[in-house]
Amino acid sequence: MSEDETMLQDAARGFLDGAAPVSHFRGLRDAGATHDAALWAEMAAMGWTGVLVPEDAGGSDMGHAAAGVLAQEMGKTLVTSPFLSTAVMAATALRQIANDRTKEALGNIANGSVIYALAVDETHKHDPDGTTLQAVADGNGFRLTGTKGFVVDGANADRLLVLARAEAGLTLFDIPADRTGITRAANAMIDARDAATVTFSDVQATGDDVLGHVGDAMTVLQPALNAGQAALAAEMAGLATGAFGMTIGYLKERKQFGVEIGRFQALQHRAAHLWCESEVTASAVRNAGRMLDQDMANATLAVSLAKARATATAKLAVIEGVQMHGGIGMTDAFDMGFYMKRARVVAEWLGDYGYHAERVAAARGF
Amino acid sequence: MTDIELGAFRAETRAWLEANCPAEMRDGIRDEETICWGGRNWQFTSAAQKTWLEVMAAKGWTVPTWPVEYGGAGMDRAHDKILQEELDAIGARWPLQSFGIWMLGPALLAFGTHQQKLQYLPPIARGEVRWCQGYSEPGAGSDLASVQTKAVSDGDYYVVNGQKVWTSYADRADCIFALVRTDPDAKKHLGISFLLIDMDSAGVSTKPIRLISGSSPFCETFFDDVRVPKSNVVGTEHRGWDVAKHLLTHEREMISGGGAGLLGTRALGAVLAEHEGGMDAVTRAEALTCEIDSLAIGLTLERYKDQAESGGGVGDASAMLKYEGTELNKRRHELLMSAGGADALQWEGTHAGLAADWLRTKANSIEGGTSEVMLSIISRRILGLPG
Repeated sequence: MSEDETMLQDAARGFLDGAAPVSHFRGLRDAGATHDAALWAEMAAMGWTGVLVPEDAGGSDMGHAAAGVLAQEMGKTLVTSPFLSTAVMAATALRQIANDRTKEALGNIANGSVIYALAVDETHKHDPDGTTLQAVADGNGFRLTGTKGFVVDGANADRLLVLARAEAGLTLFDIPADRTGITRAANAMIDARDAATVTFSDVQATGDDVLGHVGDAMTVLQPALNAGQAALAAEMAGLATGAFGMTIGYLKERKQFGVEIGRFQALQHRAAHLWCESEVTASAVRNAGRMLDQDMANATLAVSLAKARATATAKLAVIEGVQMHGGIGMTDAFDMGFYMKRARVVAEWLGDYGYHAERVAAARGF
Repeated sequence: MTDIELGAFRAETRAWLEANCPAEMRDGIRDEETICWGGRNWQFTSAAQKTWLEVMAAKGWTVPTWPVEYGGAGMDRAHDKILQEELDAIGARWPLQSFGIWMLGPALLAFGTHQQKLQYLPPIARGEVRWCQGYSEPGAGSDLASVQTKAVSDGDYYVVNGQKVWTSYADRADCIFALVRTDPDAKKHLGISFLLIDMDSAGVSTKPIRLISGSSPFCETFFDDVRVPKSNVVGTEHRGWDVAKHLLTHEREMISGGGAGLLGTRALGAVLAEHEGGMDAVTRAEALTCEIDSLAIGLTLERYKDQAESGGGVGDASAMLKYEGTELNKRRHELLMSAGGADALQWEGTHAGLAADWLRTKANSIEGGTSEVMLSIISRRILGLPG
């Protein structure tokens, strides 16, 4: 990592260890809450929400590698915030279009006054190209009808980026989440985070609500999805590191048969294998952030490589985490289960292993 | 170092290679037949091979990162990377490879006296002396520090007796760097010395080993009252284990490159897609996972090279690179064999060499420290688990 990245990482860790350790997440879960406005405000004050917002719009514009560093640190302690939806994906989408409206929207992201959610998925798998939500022409505007599922941060969101199918093709709308005709239902998610089912029935949208051009959603959305996938891979790498840290600690202190269980070679080799896999994944995650900063148009392979690897490694880390902890790992009073449930959710979000493997396949001649 | 300076270096390098790399040396082939190992008895396979070695050695580019006074070009990682990229760009063969470059050189640079460096390094850089490695013994495999080959003091000399095994190219090498026991009474790690022995010495003999993959460069090497000057000890007497460990780190990095070294050249998917009828779904899925892991491991090698260059070193993490790289190479060859089907089962024919390569990769996770030893190193030294 660069010196700047290391400093950012140290600062982030210092802040999060105080403000948002895993016990903070447990508190939210127990209270049935999926958002901590005070925490979000502090992230804004530190420039995190503006990590991808241009400086002239009020952001810190630190770039995708830096966003990955922040996401990774959040992943380590299961920090709950709309960072990816808003600060990474919505910001990346909005900055693809330069006008006064997007500048104002980006400024609101940077100052922490707005939460965005991406309403893209419709079925049980991520498939933007398969979007069926209709945008029917109506006078100078459109009427949106259909249902979006797995809208992460959808219940807490102030605004939605909605992917819809118009006659001219896929079109992206930027609209208030409480517009007439929108119904939002928070889902009871296994990871206790915010994901909603959002129904659109004859929701009116004007031409001004279109982000970018009608029929050309992907010019705006693709960079945003790539950025989100890379940051999510970083969060997952952090999640794996957090779970692994707990597991290694347990191997050193838990005694059975009169000795620390970390003395048993059967466990040592599995722990060492997991560490190796984490190191390899860390390389792919870092590379994705760098590629997005250097050459966003050609970063798809790097991004999918990172998301695929991070998915596999996080899965291994939580499976081994529960198994090596034994019975206590299965209890709700212990934190390892949180890691396992979060790993399963983010494995699916923005494309699962198979989705990203196919993008690697396309880039590598399969 | 500015981008402008590096850009200028790239342009100069490209022009020089264009002018000096013989056309016959640009076929991109780097298999056993085309390797130049050098040495006292080396027979060049062509005049071009000889010229290529000489012009590159004169620039110090057979060992670009070694200091100039020891035969190198004193390059940093950024320049070395550019040189390698430009060599790759024209499909240039390596002018020279050897265990002297990969293993003994780095150990001498770290532990040798100035006199030893002046004596041994330039001939390695010029391809004049070929070295082999004498580490393992029949009774000392994973437990390498239990070597029993004895070196008994006799005035200014040692008298060496014992047997080494898995000494690659011992039958063609000019010299051997060997681990020998100089203090039989000390604890096993503390009685070993790192000794340089001329293979022409009286009492040295070798015998090739045949593997499951066919004939191999491996030999057994026997020492029968071999007299070696004490000045040939590298590092401190009885403390050769420190040198050996340092050198094993380099060996691990070298072997780990085996799997990822193929990455820059051709995607596994493209190779497999050439087979008639394509791949079944199961094989394709396995190949895709292998491809993903290959790319990520390649990035990891790059990351650690950068870290080493910036002074951070690789250290015990070389065990991770070795473990990941070799296990990957085995997976990759299983897939290549599977894609070849019955055609890949013959020693000769359209897939000649593939079966032998596949069998040979099985040794990757054994040689230079087994995968299990790597995991134990990581467990103790990196994760700090008890044991």
